Amino acid sequence: MTISLPASIEETAALLSSGAYVADRSLATVLFLALKMGRPLFLEGEAGVGKTEIAKVLASALGRKLIRLQCYEGLDTAAAVYEWNYQAQMIEIRLAEAQGVEDRHVLAKDVFDDRFLIRRPLLQALEPDVNGPPVLLIDELDRTDEPFEAYLLEVLSDFQITIPEIGTIKTAEPPIVIVTSNRTREIHDALKRRCLYHWVDYPDAERELEIVRLKAPDAAEDLSRQIVSFVQALRERDLYKQPGIAETLDWANALTQLNAVSLNESNINDTLGTLLKYQDDIAQVRGSDAAQILDELKTAAE
Amino acid sequence: MTESSGHIAENIAHFARVLRRAGVPVGPRQVLDAIEAVQAAGIRSESDLYWALHTTLIHTQDMREIFNQAFHVFWRDPRMLERMMAMMLPELTTPPEEPEEQTSRRLAEALLNQETAPRQNPEPDIEIDARETMSAAEILRTKDFEQMSAAEIAEARKALSRLHLQHDRVLTRRTHPSSRGSLIDMRASLRASLRGGDIIPLKRRERRHRPPPLVVLCDISGSMSVYARTFLHFLHALSNDRHRVHTFLFGTRLTHVSRQLRHKDIDEALSAVSNTVEDWDGGTRIGETLRRFNVDWSRRVLGQGATVLLVTDGLDRDGAEGLEPEIARLHRASRRLIWLNPLLRYDAFEPKALGIRTMLPHVDEFRPVHNMASLEDLVASLNAPERKWPTAA
Repeated sequence: MTISLPASIEETAALLSSGAYVADRSLATVLFLALKMGRPLFLEGEAGVGKTEIAKVLASALGRKLIRLQCYEGLDTAAAVYEWNYQAQMIEIRLAEAQGVEDRHVLAKDVFDDRFLIRRPLLQALEPDVNGPPVLLIDELDRTDEPFEAYLLEVLSDFQITIPEIGTIKTAEPPIVIVTSNRTREIHDALKRRCLYHWVDYPDAERELEIVRLKAPDAAEDLSRQIVSFVQALRERDLYKQPGIAETLDWANALTQLNAVSLNESNINDTLGTLLKYQDDIAQVRGSDAAQILDELKTAAE
Repeated sequence: MTESSGHIAENIAHFARVLRRAGVPVGPRQVLDAIEAVQAAGIRSESDLYWALHTTLIHTQDMREIFNQAFHVFWRDPRMLERMMAMMLPELTTPPEEPEEQTSRRLAEALLNQETAPRQNPEPDIEIDARETMSAAEILRTKDFEQMSAAEIAEARKALSRLHLQHDRVLTRRTHPSSRGSLIDMRASLRASLRGGDIIPLKRRERRHRPPPLVVLCDISGSMSVYARTFLHFLHALSNDRHRVHTFLFGTRLTHVSRQLRHKDIDEALSAVSNTVEDWDGGTRIGETLRRFNVDWSRRVLGQGATVLLVTDGLDRDGAEGLEPEIARLHRASRRLIWLNPLLRYDAFEPKALGIRTMLPHVDEFRPVHNMASLEDLVASLNAPERKWPTAA
C-alpha cells in the first residue's frame, strides 16, 4: 500500500513530526515543494543539524524504501550506479565455449544480461517498488569530486541511467531525492540548479527544546531548559565549530547518565567533550565562557 | 574610393595596434578581416562600424568592455586617444627597485620598530593608542589601479607562460586506463576477451593525478602594497591557468576575491578586486584575519589537500597577538603551507619581528617574493616533488 504524499505544507510538517522530526516552517515548505514538483531537494548546512535525518524520517513516515549513497572521494559508477559481475561473466563465457557456442555476438548478448548486473544505489533507486518510489539519499555530496557531480546531472534531471551494454534505464515514477552537503567545497551551480535548495540552520531555542524533549526524554525538564539555553548562548560565541543538534542531544544524554539535575561548572567541564570537538574551543569555554554563560543563565532565570 | 579605403585601412590598423597595447590579442589576420568587414558593410553609421570591428577583432566576452571604451575614444579623435593612452598606459620606466623611502620604511619596521615595540607594550595607554591609529589608518577607499604599462603587460605575459604548474599534483582515488597501470580493469578485460582468443588479455588502469586546490592569502597592507600589486598579476594568471584557486586578500579584514580574479581580462579583474577590497594600504592584523579564514573558510576550501600560499611580510600591528594558535591551525589544516615574504630580499634580514618569529615554526617553506626571479623560484618549487623544507630561513 502506498502512503500518499502530503497535500499541503501543514501536512508535510505533520508528516515530519509523526516521524519525531521537529521541522520549522521553511523546511516544511521546501520539502512540500520538492515532493510536489518532483524535484530533488538539496540540503546544505553545518554538520549535526539533522540533514540526513530528514531523509530517514521521510522514508519511514511515507513507508518508502530508503536508499542511501554515501559519497566519498573517488566514488565512481561501479560503486554508485552498477557493476557487472565479472567472475560470473567469465564462467558464462567458459561454459558457452564448452557447449560450442561460436557466435561472438550471441555470447556478448548472453554475457551482458540483466542476470550479471549488480545494482548499486542509484540504479536501485530507479527500480519500481510496491510501496511507491523510494527515497534516495545522496549523503555528503561535497566529499566526492566534480566528475561524479557531472554524472549526477543526468540522473537528477531526467531520472535515467545509461548502461552502454543494455541501453537507457528510465523510471516511470522518479524517486524522492535528498542531497546533502556539509559545504567542505562548493557544489557546482549546474547541479544546484536542478534541485530545490535549502540551508538548514541551527534551530531556535524553542524548537531545540522540543527536540531535546523528544529525543532525550530521560533528561529532567529543568536540565533540558538549561542545556538548550547554554547551547544557544554558546552558538553566539566565536567558536571554530558550533555545537549542532546532535551534540546537544549527546550532551543531554551524557548529563542524564551522570544523574545531573541541573548544570554547574563541574559537570559542564566534565562533559564538554560531547558538545565541542575542537581543543581550542574546549579550552576557551572551559576557561571562562562556561562560568560566564552560567551566570547569564542564572540572572535570566531570576 | 581607393584613397578613402586606404585611409580607413590605416585607421583600423592603428586601432588594432591600440587594442593590442591595451591587452586585447589581435592578430594581423583579424585586422585584415576587420578591413574587409568594414569595406563590405560600408560605413553608414557608427554602430555599423562598431559591430563590424567588434565581430572581427574581439573573440572573448571578457574583452568586450575594453573594446567598447577604446572604440568610443578612438573613433571620435584618434589623436586624443593617443594622448589618453599615454596617460592610461604610461610607458613606465619603473625602476625595478622601489623608491628609497619605501625601502627604508619597511626596513625600519622590520629591523628596528619591533625592538622598540616591546618597550611600548607594557604601557596600556600606548597600546590603546596604537589600536586607534590602526583603525584610523584603515583607509576605506576605492583604490584606482594604475592601468598596466606595456612593459608590465609583457612581464605579466611572460609570467603567465611560465605558470604551468605541471608537477604540482596529488594522487586521487580516481583511475584511468593505462597500459602499465597496477590495477586490473575487469570491465575492459572482459570486453577484450569477447573479441576472441583463448587468453584473456588483461587491461589495466592506474590512479589519476590532479593539481591540488591552491589557496592564496595575500597581505595588502601598507607595507606590502608595492608587492601585493605585482603579485595580483601573478594570482590572476594562476586563477586563469588552473581550477580550484581560491584567493583571499587581507589587511585588517579578510576579503575573498577568487571570483573577481577569474575574469580573463587583467584590467577588469583588478578593478573588480579593487572595488571589492576596502582595506588597501591600511594596517595588518594577521592573527585576526587568519582566525577569520580558519573559522569561515578553511573547511570550505582546504578540504581536498590544498597547497596554501601565505603572502605577507609578517609585520603585525597587533604585535602578533593571537597569531600563534591561528597559524598553527592553518598549518595543520593545509597539506603544504608556503610563506612568501618580500622582506627576504634584504641580505640584512633577520627574523626579529615578533610576528615573523611566531609564524616561522609553522610553515613548510619560507621564500622570498619580490621580483620575477623569485616568482620563478616559487613556480619551480611548486613544480618540485613534494618534500619537507627546512622551516628556518
